[in-house]
Amino acid sequence: MVRRTYARWCGRRGAERTPPTRFTSQAWAAGYTNEPKGGTVTLGFNVPQTGAYADEGADELRAYQLAVEHINGGGDGGMLNTFTSKALKGDGVNGKKVVFVTGDTQTKSDAARASAKRMIEKDGAIMITGGSSSGVAIAVQGLCQDAGVIFMAGLTHSNDTTGKDKRANGFRHFFNTEMSGAALGPVLKNAFGSERAAYHLTADYTWGWSQEGSIKKYTEQLGWQTTAAVRTPLGAGDFSQYITPVLNSGADVLVLNHYGRDMVNSLTQAVQFGLRDKQVNGRDFAIVVPLYSRLMAQGAGENVKGIFGSTNWHWSLQDAGSKAFVKSFGTKYGFPPSQAAHTTYCQALLYADACQRAGTFRPSGVGAALAGFKFDGLGNGPTEYRAADHQCFKDVLVVKGKEKPTSKFDVLEVVEVTPRAQVEYPASMLGGELGPYNDGA
Amino acid sequence: MDAILLQVLNGLDKGGAYALIALGLTIIFGTLGVVNFAHGALFMLGAFCAVSFKSLISLEKVTLDPTQKTAWGTPLEIREAYVESWFGDAGTLLINYSVPVSLLLAIPTMLLIGIAMERGLIRFFYKRPHAEQILVTFGLAIVLQEIVKSVFGANPIPQPAPDVAKGMIDFGVAIGFDAGNVVYPAWRLIYFLFSISIVGAVFAFLRFTSFGMVVRAGMADRETVGLLGIDIDRRFTIVFGIAAIVAGLAGVMYTPILSPDYHMGMDFLVLSFVVVVVGGMGSLPGAVAAGFLLGILQSFASMNEVKAILPGIDQIVIYLIAVIILLVRPRGLMGRKGVMEH
Repeated sequence: MVRRTYARWCGRRGAERTPPTRFTSQAWAAGYTNEPKGGTVTLGFNVPQTGAYADEGADELRAYQLAVEHINGGGDGGMLNTFTSKALKGDGVNGKKVVFVTGDTQTKSDAARASAKRMIEKDGAIMITGGSSSGVAIAVQGLCQDAGVIFMAGLTHSNDTTGKDKRANGFRHFFNTEMSGAALGPVLKNAFGSERAAYHLTADYTWGWSQEGSIKKYTEQLGWQTTAAVRTPLGAGDFSQYITPVLNSGADVLVLNHYGRDMVNSLTQAVQFGLRDKQVNGRDFAIVVPLYSRLMAQGAGENVKGIFGSTNWHWSLQDAGSKAFVKSFGTKYGFPPSQAAHTTYCQALLYADACQRAGTFRPSGVGAALAGFKFDGLGNGPTEYRAADHQCFKDVLVVKGKEKPTSKFDVLEVVEVTPRAQVEYPASMLGGELGPYNDGA
Repeated sequence: MDAILLQVLNGLDKGGAYALIALGLTIIFGTLGVVNFAHGALFMLGAFCAVSFKSLISLEKVTLDPTQKTAWGTPLEIREAYVESWFGDAGTLLINYSVPVSLLLAIPTMLLIGIAMERGLIRFFYKRPHAEQILVTFGLAIVLQEIVKSVFGANPIPQPAPDVAKGMIDFGVAIGFDAGNVVYPAWRLIYFLFSISIVGAVFAFLRFTSFGMVVRAGMADRETVGLLGIDIDRRFTIVFGIAAIVAGLAGVMYTPILSPDYHMGMDFLVLSFVVVVVGGMGSLPGAVAAGFLLGILQSFASMNEVKAILPGIDQIVIYLIAVIILLVRPRGLMGRKGVMEH
């Protein structure tokens, strides 16, 4: 009895002393971390299942389940039918059936790292993917690099994910704030002219700073002035005390560098304060939301009408890949997919395809197959996973809140598909070093 | 000057919400001696009364139009709200006014929730230490918000104000400013007036009714009131229900200002506790005064001119003021001697 108690005590002490990024299980024993031995290969879907982004996480999970179904030969095949790479045959990957485990990021870096670690160590996940926050993505990407597994980022828009915090084992399909700025700039100039004064309200964390910097850079190049850039606490709820100073500031554009619940609240309140209908210096006041999410736009209701922003993908696109994905997803779930669902579905397919082409699950082999990979048919036009920073380059959508929505899903309209060439930038511009791949051996 | 006036107005509507929540917290603490961390959840439940009412009256008749297809190939659904098809323009008007009309639903609902909460759980903790009361009510708040999330989802749900109250009111013209300089959203001014009315009604109820007189006597000396043969426990249960109604009504009317989600109660709870402490534990006028005072100070601290001198002050001003007031007046602005001092 005493011996058992002592053993339990030792176990607890050991667990307490284990640093969070140290991998101790059988994960390290093979040629590379979690090398699959049996007839299955396990993927780890790390999405927010609780917390403010739970609805977005649920849509990511739906997309992952659909992707696994298609990779294993189920359903109608979705975008596998339009994907230019024909390596996947609908019989799994490298002869193994794909299975998955899930984790809850809670949109908290610590929780996300803990769930990713659990999936790698306990469940034998060969790859981690998902998430709805740049803070989470950067934290999990670092963990995956240390663990020797590939990380296929979900919804993360900060420049830092494939900029100063990039890692060799990490790959991002989603666009970033630099690309949003480059896409939105010319559209804003056409819509509002080049003599504008912009007032920024910015979420006070890595993504907000990144977004504010990019929009300021591109709008100031157009000739706009920045009247003020005010940082707001994350999750402030009521932003009215930050909006009232805008009223008589002389600014005629309000840029809301907010996402999710903050975006819903700040936009709703800005419209309440009459900013959408206001006139300043003889010009119509304008509101810009640089990063739109259809799921979040639904939360802001009619307040999104006429408001410009950018998005990674939208279900109304008419290319063959988008139509195939919307058909698959809509038939299975009864509503159209969000951009989060699209990007996570693509990431699952791209990873599986890279493994198949590489003929291995070894991270360095898979990474080499992904880096510099050019493809089409996944809904964003011709796309490249740039080797220098593992950032996908593709067309970016500029959207506007729809004036006359036909359904609760039909809240945004695509006003311009900005070509990839216009949003490309040198890899060295955002800093950081990829470093070497880590196979975990 | 116009910027200052705008921030005062902003502080007043925000302060209205703080005051209403703090008022309920103080009533419960003053009567039952319970530190109720589930009070923010009552505010959130009130907001979701508005959401539920709107969902109920917006129930739609769905017909499939085989001539039109969705993007995924199924027949397009044509939706029409039952109340609009049954009552025509009156139905449309009801949907438009769903937020104020849902006050009628919120009153009995919140009364029942309040009574159920008090009888079913909180009464078992009257004689327990405050730390245990805080733990159990905080746990209850988490349970309630997770239930709401599982039913309504995690995303905010927009609740527009009636069309007539969506515009702006040129408040400045009435007090001598140039037109267009001090304009303020009509619904926020309505919310301020509403909060003043509710505060007035609660004070009048406690001051001018025999029920209120007994409650006030019970707050002052519970044992003596009991010795007079009055069932003070039953009255305090009703008081808990009234406090729930006050929080719930505050939540209903706040929905056009802040699209409700499951977490909105927690956002207000901590600030409301600071309001109660600053106002003075157990002091109803103190809670109301502190609510408006801290609302206004929070708004002023967010002005760019202030933040240029004291960066980040907007995020700490309420706690800073709380520290200063408690250092100068340890019982808060209007705190009574002996409350939480044993």
